[in-house]
Amino acid sequence: MDTFMAARMQMGVSLGFHIIFACIGMVMPWFMFVAEWKWLRTNNPVYLDLAKAWSKGVAIFFAVGAVSGTVLSFELGMLWPGFMEHAGPIFGMPFSWEGTAFFVEAIALGLFLYGWKRLNKKVHLYTGLVVGISGVLSGIFVVSANAWMNAPAGFDWIDGQAFNIDPVKAMFNKAWFSQAHHMTIAAFSATGFAVAGVHAILYLKNKLEIHAKAITIALAFASVAAILQPVSGDLAAKNVAKLQPAKLAAFESHFETQTKAPLIIGGIPDVENETVKYAIKLPGFLSFLAHGDFNAEVIGLDQFPKEEWPPVPITHYSFQIMVGIGTFLMLIAAIFLAGTFKYKHWLEKKWWLKMLFAATPLGFIAVQAGWIVTEVGRQPWIIYGIIKTKDSLTPMPGIQYTFYTISVVYLILSFVVIWLLSRQIKVLHAKYLSNG
Amino acid sequence: MVEFNFLILVICLFLYVLLGGADFGGGILELLTRGKAASIVTKAIAPVWEANHVWLILVVVILFVGFPSVYSTVLTALHIPVLLVLIGIIMRGSAFTFRHYDIEEKRPMKIYSVIFQYSSLFTTFFLGVTLGGIILGEITMDYREGFYQVYIHPWMNLFSMSMGLFLVLLFAFLAGIFTVSEIKDEKYVRYFAKVTKRLLLGLVITGALVFLTAKLEGHGLLVEFIQSPVSIAAIVLATIALPFLWKYLNHPNVVMLRLIGGFQTTMIVTGWFAIQFPVLVNIKDGPDITLQNAGAPYKVQLYLLIALVVGVLIILPSVGYLYKVFKFGDDTRDNF
Ligand code: HDD
Ligand code: HEM
Ligand code: HEM
Repeated sequence: MDTFMAARMQMGVSLGFHIIFACIGMVMPWFMFVAEWKWLRTNNPVYLDLAKAWSKGVAIFFAVGAVSGTVLSFELGMLWPGFMEHAGPIFGMPFSWEGTAFFVEAIALGLFLYGWKRLNKKVHLYTGLVVGISGVLSGIFVVSANAWMNAPAGFDWIDGQAFNIDPVKAMFNKAWFSQAHHMTIAAFSATGFAVAGVHAILYLKNKLEIHAKAITIALAFASVAAILQPVSGDLAAKNVAKLQPAKLAAFESHFETQTKAPLIIGGIPDVENETVKYAIKLPGFLSFLAHGDFNAEVIGLDQFPKEEWPPVPITHYSFQIMVGIGTFLMLIAAIFLAGTFKYKHWLEKKWWLKMLFAATPLGFIAVQAGWIVTEVGRQPWIIYGIIKTKDSLTPMPGIQYTFYTISVVYLILSFVVIWLLSRQIKVLHAKYLSNG
Repeated sequence: MVEFNFLILVICLFLYVLLGGADFGGGILELLTRGKAASIVTKAIAPVWEANHVWLILVVVILFVGFPSVYSTVLTALHIPVLLVLIGIIMRGSAFTFRHYDIEEKRPMKIYSVIFQYSSLFTTFFLGVTLGGIILGEITMDYREGFYQVYIHPWMNLFSMSMGLFLVLLFAFLAGIFTVSEIKDEKYVRYFAKVTKRLLLGLVITGALVFLTAKLEGHGLLVEFIQSPVSIAAIVLATIALPFLWKYLNHPNVVMLRLIGGFQTTMIVTGWFAIQFPVLVNIKDGPDITLQNAGAPYKVQLYLLIALVVGVLIILPSVGYLYKVFKFGDDTRDNF
């Protein structure tokens, strides 16, 4: 592995680690908020227990999210100084707003976690809502910064220097909206299914009320998200077709520019011969998905010099994984809605709970896959069409070692977090069982 | 414009040293007192823990938005100590949280504590080393000079190491003051007052060491210091505060202790900035990076300032509320 590869891997590992905690930090406060709200309305203590149990988990995730985010804000400069030197002033504005949003989030979370007895009940409930809103806002701000890398705006690029910088235009670039809604929905879907899955397996063991309630709250959010997700993803894809045709061509493995372009499902891309083996091809559907017209022309990779191709197989597989999971989660959501409004007995069935359990990691896998599509699909550019990733690399040799170090640290940390959470859950579960 | 942003940068740095310093120092103090302070430190810090953290993020964001060349130069030349700081931040942040939220069980608690204590020490030390590297001026832009000269030498030197020690003592001292004014038990008050006094002595000694090693490494810290009226005034004031601090350590008074401790730290940082100003990073073989040549364009600075001012207007009242709820609230109510 050379330094360049190591730096890319390190960036990917650090971001992939952070995003899990970030999603949970954005979404769990909403669940807690609903649980507490239900408690205030119904006086059923189960809801209070649930809100408290969740809030402990959130505190752990939040702290790890914050430290891994801090690491990222340094890593951008440690690995890509040539990028940050130009990009910092341009795409920095969302980061400064994110700072504020996070600050508010941290304060509100402090109040929420430690204020159960010190705050008036209404105020306490309200701090939970503030945590949720500011969490989602921080997510949107950061994604807007990332969107700028995909659709650079707000500056003139002359002889390798940025002039006439306009941070507002940069922040509201052409990709921010489509990425922001898709990401926010994804966070709700991923976290919701994960929470529901964990409670489903516990519910399978013992039919405790607390788990049933937990599943309902988590799925109420997740199922709406999962149904919106493909719509939102379709908008994202249309936007990519406009802004970054090479990325679209890469994740669709679309080598040849053509009208009535086929949608390729599955298959193994063969970059050498510019074909996809063993795939299902639906003629015209790619044209329709990308441009809303079965006869539209879709630009293929042949329009780009080969050294500007993103890695095709990785982006293709990742895209397939994301869409596949998206379809499956939508199905679960449909069952849940049908079960809630009509077929109540479904929701007590073993197959349903097992299905939920199977879906526990899926949302997060889709999130990772989606980010790989976005980030790897942008290669070889770090700022699309402006600066190449390899030209912004740190001059320091030996990044391999920092990559190994960071990976080991995060690997250990992941195990500890999982172990810790399962202990928490066990204790809670045992407490409930002994209370009968 | 750029001056305002710089001022906010300095304020954030102050607050990080003061508030963040107290919690980094908390770990060091625990280590020094073999865990005696553990529960007190945890209890005092926990609610403000995340908020403390954000000052550092603000510093980083202001740097890469407003002063991009400072950000990329420092993170390139001082990559290694910064990486060590980051690993330390990951370890102490996680260990602290785990200790706080994991179910009570002796062995894991012990492990979290040990990690929290040692990584607090480790992180603070390398934070100081990094600062030392920025001040000393051994950073080179000539990447052909070889790995050692470019990536190791700027921070692996006596001056940076003594900066590391200095920061360790400063943070531990701050935590000491924080703890003394936090505990109720008379026996422990005395004990921690004694520890804090020793730390204060150590602080004065390592302060001298910083000047000495600067001279050894060929940095004119002392000369620059003597030429800067602000720095002299700052140090004089910090010295005048010493006997008062001593008095209040013997007869603890929450408000006075925190005020004087905070004042002294402020003076130390002010004295340093007065020497350094307007240089932000000292470079060995080229023009130093200064406030004037590092600033991003006007419009960027303007929007950054707007974001910061709006941010402060939102944040300050919320922080105030947080402190009000937890510091002056009813202590008898338990948290969970
Ligand atoms: C639960 C997670 C999840 C699910 C089920 C889906 N996505 Fe997604 N997708 C993401 C999570 C995600 C993401 C991780 O959040 C990304 C990465 C960047 C972004 O903004 O969102 C993303 C990116 C992303 C992009 C690239 C955007 C860009 O590069 O600017 C496209 C085209 C799609 N998605 C399309 C879809 C479609 C058609 C789906 C149909 C089911 C779908 N996604 C389901
Ligand atoms: C959290 C979700 C994200 C994930 C999982 C993710 C993933 C990745 C991956 C896998 C790479 C390596 C791509 C390659 O080298 O082929 C990468 C690169 C990078 N990402 Fe992201 N990314 C995320 C969000 C962001 C955001 C929000 C930003 C900035 C605001 C960002 C900035 C970068 C940069 C600077 C690089 C390095 C240059 C490059 O390879 O293009 N990423 N990311
Ligand atoms: C799509 C990508 C990202 C999303 C959605 C996201 C979202 C979040 C959220 C919600 C938090 C709060 C922590 C929590 O609730 O657990 C957070 C923390 C943080 N994130 Fe990210 N983040 C992303 C990528 C990044 C990147 C690329 C950076 C750095 C350049 C970054 C820097 C930070 C920092 C510094 C914190 C901690 C804040 C603090 O301690 O002040 N994040 N992020």
